[in-house]
Formats: sequence, structure tokens, C-alpha cells
Amino acid sequence: MIQVQNLRKEFGPKVAVNGVSFTVEKGEVLGFLGPNGAGKSTSMRMITGFIPPTEGSIKVGEFDMLENPIPAKRLIGYLPENAPSYADMSVRGFLAFTAELRGLSGDAGKKAVNRVLEMCFLENVQHQSVETLSKGYRHRTCFAQSIIHDPEVLILDEPTDGLDPNQKHEVRTLIKKMGETKAIIFSTHILEEVEAVCSRAIIIDRGTIVANGTPRDLKMRSDQAGAISVKLVDGNGEAIKSKLSHLNGVDRVAIISERPLTLRVWPRKGSGSDDVSRGIADLAFQERWPLQGLQVEEGRLDEVFRSITLPDTKSTKEETK
Amino acid sequence: MNPTLTIARRELKGYFASPVAFVFIVIFLLLASFFTFMIGGLFERGEANLAPFFTWHPWLYLFLVPAVGMRMWSEERRMGTIELLLTMPVTPWQAIVGKFLASWVVVGIALALTFPVVMTVNYLGSPDNGVIFAGYLGSFFMAGAYLAISSMTSAMTRNQVVSFIVAVVISLFLILAGYPPVTSLLTSWAPTWVVEGIAAFSVMTHFESIQKGVLDSRDVLYFLSVIGFSLFTTSVIIRAHRAG
Repeated sequence: MIQVQNLRKEFGPKVAVNGVSFTVEKGEVLGFLGPNGAGKSTSMRMITGFIPPTEGSIKVGEFDMLENPIPAKRLIGYLPENAPSYADMSVRGFLAFTAELRGLSGDAGKKAVNRVLEMCFLENVQHQSVETLSKGYRHRTCFAQSIIHDPEVLILDEPTDGLDPNQKHEVRTLIKKMGETKAIIFSTHILEEVEAVCSRAIIIDRGTIVANGTPRDLKMRSDQAGAISVKLVDGNGEAIKSKLSHLNGVDRVAIISERPLTLRVWPRKGSGSDDVSRGIADLAFQERWPLQGLQVEEGRLDEVFRSITLPDTKSTKEETK
Repeated sequence: MNPTLTIARRELKGYFASPVAFVFIVIFLLLASFFTFMIGGLFERGEANLAPFFTWHPWLYLFLVPAVGMRMWSEERRMGTIELLLTMPVTPWQAIVGKFLASWVVVGIALALTFPVVMTVNYLGSPDNGVIFAGYLGSFFMAGAYLAISSMTSAMTRNQVVSFIVAVVISLFLILAGYPPVTSLLTSWAPTWVVEGIAAFSVMTHFESIQKGVLDSRDVLYFLSVIGFSLFTTSVIIRAHRAG
């Protein structure tokens, strides 16, 4: 549904986006990650046709955004960053206006407005003017606008920003559900969101894509992925550490915290986490260690994110959990 | 429905949802009658025409019309709604024309509400209503030209005050270029063709002749081209702004 090729955007001498290419198909939810100023919003603005790229091409459905913007825009629902809306209008009036611009007037428009009012839990504020609403409601009003024409493509710039935990959960559920039939791109700072909602994630940093894969793939790139955490009630950390490092197939061991005593064991390349964890369990039994927990780490997205987007800092090996 | 009309309707509602339209209409009516009756001396002149009414319009519009037009695009940029509007299946041109038409209607309503003046002169004497109609038409076109200029300046900045001031300055130039005291000053050192060339750019020159009841196509064309040029420039500014 969305094909982006070699997207590049320069603002004067500053290159905001540099050679971004990806595709999103129907039924996919693509998470857009990256530090502030990485080029997420700029990319989204180009895809939605708000700003023209310096170079590159954007195709939405079968339409080229640069040559044929109107039919391309018809396919897209867009929630811009900060969720702007006309402050002087009522929620209902605003949604009716956007429905009309989308070609839904009369009964069809009314139906569309009622549908999104219900979906976004806006029914009890529908006659209030937007400026009197709290941030969460305003955000949902703009979100409602983006889905009013039941678009095939949804582009959401930080859709859960400024919502309370319950609302966040609602919006995530909504995105996930809509993701079954639509092509969705959304940007976020919240990494759990990516794991909860996305079928694929892209990390961009300084205008270029630095990682592209399923959340699971990305997590595997974490330094922690496959490492084994050993948690004990108490004991001599150093002694246990040296015993563990002599186990078969162990690469290195680190003490993560003293109280409760937690150590992390990295298996050597080629030896499986399962064998090593069995070895640790046996050793603990022999030594009568008060073992509290033994867990193979899945890897953490925030760690991957940090190690990719902050290449200059030391990787977070000694990170406490 | 046509997106231009949808946008125009929303804008019009916006004008009346905020006090802008009401303040404009009330102040315009107050000032227009003050100048017509107190300074223009409509009654004392003993002539059945509306010259003392229309003479003040270029000056009244100079401050009031940019106040109506200043929010047209700067508000849109300040609130970020421009991103919403221009990612809808709408061409920038449709949005520009829609917004312009809405503001023109606001000024048109204010102008229409001056009808008691027409009734007064018709009651007191027998004026040439054709000339009066021409005067209204000219005034309406002139307001359109000022509004299009305001549209252009408001696309330049997200700050309404800056937008207002720049629009006033440009409009002032368009008035002064054909204002007799200024033109007579120019004739003292510039050749006639230069003075006439500059005066041809002035709203004064064209408004004067329409107001006298001479509906020359050149005068109408003048106002239409100021409107067309300014709206076109608006679209160029908006495009340039989006391109970064």
C-alpha cells in the first residue's frame, strides 16, 4: 500500500531525512522509532503530502503522492504531531467538516461522525468546543478525524502522546484491530507499544534507517538476548561469579545487583542458553545456593534502541535491571 | 460538496464564532456613519448622492480589512491545522479561495448593513441609484483587493500582528500611489507618464472612477488582477513554506 523510495529532505544545509526506503502492506502495523529530531515527523509529513521531498518517490496505493496528490491523499488518514484541530469548533462540527472534505456529506457524513464519536469515546463531549477540552480529548478528536473515512492507510504521529494509561490502552487496541485490514504507520517513543502493537518496526536515527525488522528480530540484537539471569536470596557474589564462569559453555559473567544478588551469564557463541541454564541449575543444587530465579532473557527493545541510536556511548553491559 | 465551499463555510462560521466578524461589522458601521455624517457632512451638502459615504472607504478599509484577513493563514500555521488542511484531498488553491471568499462575505455583510444610508438619501432626495450601486460594487471589489493582500501577508507569518502591519503598509501604498496630494508632489519632479503609471497601480484612481458611476471594465479588471495576483502569491508562499 505504501512504497517509499530513497526519501530525502533538506532544510537549508541540514539534511533531515536521508535515503529512507520501505514498504508497508495491508495488514501491517509499522512502528516508527527514533530519538527526537531523527526525522520521523518529517518522513510522515512527506508521505502524507504535506511537504514535498527534496528527492525520492512516495506511492500510496497506486497513486504517486507527488504527481497525483489528491487521489493519494484520499486513501490516507493522518494524525499530525500534537493533534491540531480548529479550536473554535465543536467536536461534532469539526468532525463533520473533515467528513465533508473527505466527500462524506448528508447522511453518510452523519453516520461517519457518529461512528467515530463512538469509537473514540467522544459522545459526551460532542457539543463542546474543542478549546474547552482537555488534552486527551483533543487528541482523540484529531484521531477520530483521521479514521472518519475508514481509510486504507493510516499514518499516526505519536497517537498515544498525552493520553492517560487507560486511553493509551484503548488506542493501542484500536490500532491493533485496525491493523488487520489497513496499512498503518505510527511513530512513538514508548517501546512497549511497539511490542504490543507492531508487526514490524523501523528505527531511524539522524535521517537514516538503522534497523528494520519484527520487534522479535530487533530484540534478538540486544546484548542481553539469550543471556541467563540468576537470582539468589543471598551469598558471596564474587565466589559465585567465579564458579559460574568455569561452567561449560559460559562466555562471561557479571554481577548485576548485590541485593538481591543477581548475576547475568552470557553463553559462549555456539552453545545454547538451555544447556547453560541446566548447568547453572545443577551447580546451584550441588553448591546448595539459595536459588530464587533462573531466567533466559529475551532481550530488551530499549537496550537495542539505545545501543543503535547512541553509538558513541559504551554499550550497557553493566546495566541494572 | 465542493471543498472550496466546505472550507468557505467553515471559515465563515469561524468568523462568527469568534468576535472578529461582529467587532468588524459594528466598528465599520460606526466609523462609516461618523465620517459620512459628521465629517463628510451628508446633510449639509444638500446633494442627493453618496460621495461623502464612499470617499472614506479606502481609509476605513485600510485598518479594518487587514484586521479581518490577518488570521486567515497565520492562525492556521500557529495552530498547526494547516498540516491537517493540506493533507486532506484538497488543493492549496481550493483552500486559499475558500478562505478568501469567506472573509469577503464578512466584509460584504458589513457593507450591506449600510443600507440605511441609501434609504436616507432616497428619502431626502432623488439620487441616481445606478451610481450608488456602482459605488457599492467598487467598494466591495476594493475590499476584496485588500483582503487578498491580507491573505498574502498572513501566509507569510504565523504572527497575526506582523501580518496585519504588513498588509496595512501595502494597502497604504496602493492608496497613496493615486492620492492627489501625493501625485501632485510627484508631478513636480517626475515626468507625467511616470506619475500616471504609478497612479494606475492605486486603488484610489480606480475606485474614484467606479464611484462616479463609470463602470469601466479596466477598473474592474484592476481589482480582479490585484485579487488574482495576491491569491496566487499566497499559494506560492504556502508552497515555499511547505518545501522548507
